[in-house]
Amino acid sequence: MSTFYFIAFLSIFFSILVISAKNPVHSILYLILTFFTFTIHYILMNAQFLAIVNFIVYMGAILVLFLYTLMLINLNKESEPVKPFMVKLAAVFGAGILMVALVSSLKSLGASAPVVLTNPNLGLVKNLGKVLFNEFLLPFEVSSVLLLSAMVGAVLLATKDSKEPKATI
Amino acid sequence: MNSVANTIQAVPLNHYILLSAIIFSIGVMGVLLRRNAIVIFMSVELMLNSVNLLLTAFSVYRGDAAGQVFVFFIMALAAAEVAVGLAIIVMIYRNTNSIDINVLNRLKW
Repeated sequence: MSTFYFIAFLSIFFSILVISAKNPVHSILYLILTFFTFTIHYILMNAQFLAIVNFIVYMGAILVLFLYTLMLINLNKESEPVKPFMVKLAAVFGAGILMVALVSSLKSLGASAPVVLTNPNLGLVKNLGKVLFNEFLLPFEVSSVLLLSAMVGAVLLATKDSKEPKATI
Repeated sequence: MNSVANTIQAVPLNHYILLSAIIFSIGVMGVLLRRNAIVIFMSVELMLNSVNLLLTAFSVYRGDAAGQVFVFFIMALAAAEVAVGLAIIVMIYRNTNSIDINVLNRLKW
């Protein structure tokens, strides 16, 4: 039980560091740590498939893509742009109001039942695969079309500029 | 794995909702606070992940595997979104030589 609170504290701590770090590279590294704590949350809930997918897809693919883009965009020369103080104050105030609203609406629920794992193999690959390929077969196929279109779109967007000078020349 | 699963037995559902709400608010704060487009994008990822965690907690709470399949779809969607979004950011950088979103306040150049 205390493991959850310790990991939850680490999640909040690292996610605050993500948005407050000056250097964008540090920000990405803190985001990797945040996602690692999320993986531990999934393991604690015995959602092993999601833990592995979160580890591979988020920490392995998406954040490497972020780092790669950040290295591609050379930010070393110019300093990080900073908003004026009043805008920062308004941003913190607005997000704080959102947090207070969410937490206070949660308080009105009262005590809740604990999260108990009734079916121990709920989050295992075997069980999730059966559900995925029986009930969710159509969304699974549609998501392949989505990934294909995203790949084509990303290639088209990223290579647009190199084609135009060739056309003018 | 049973010993690991037993450790969460006493955590109320409200605390999972509280954790997700706090991390979601931190993501909103990051979007409002920063001007670097990549950091704003990372804050959006943080919000997506907090919702993923909450969906998994509800799925375990109800004993329904559909919630975890839904999280899997959200992860596939996030991968597609990141690829397109980072391509757009690279294109913006080529056109304006900066990834400060204040340059784009009129959305024309």
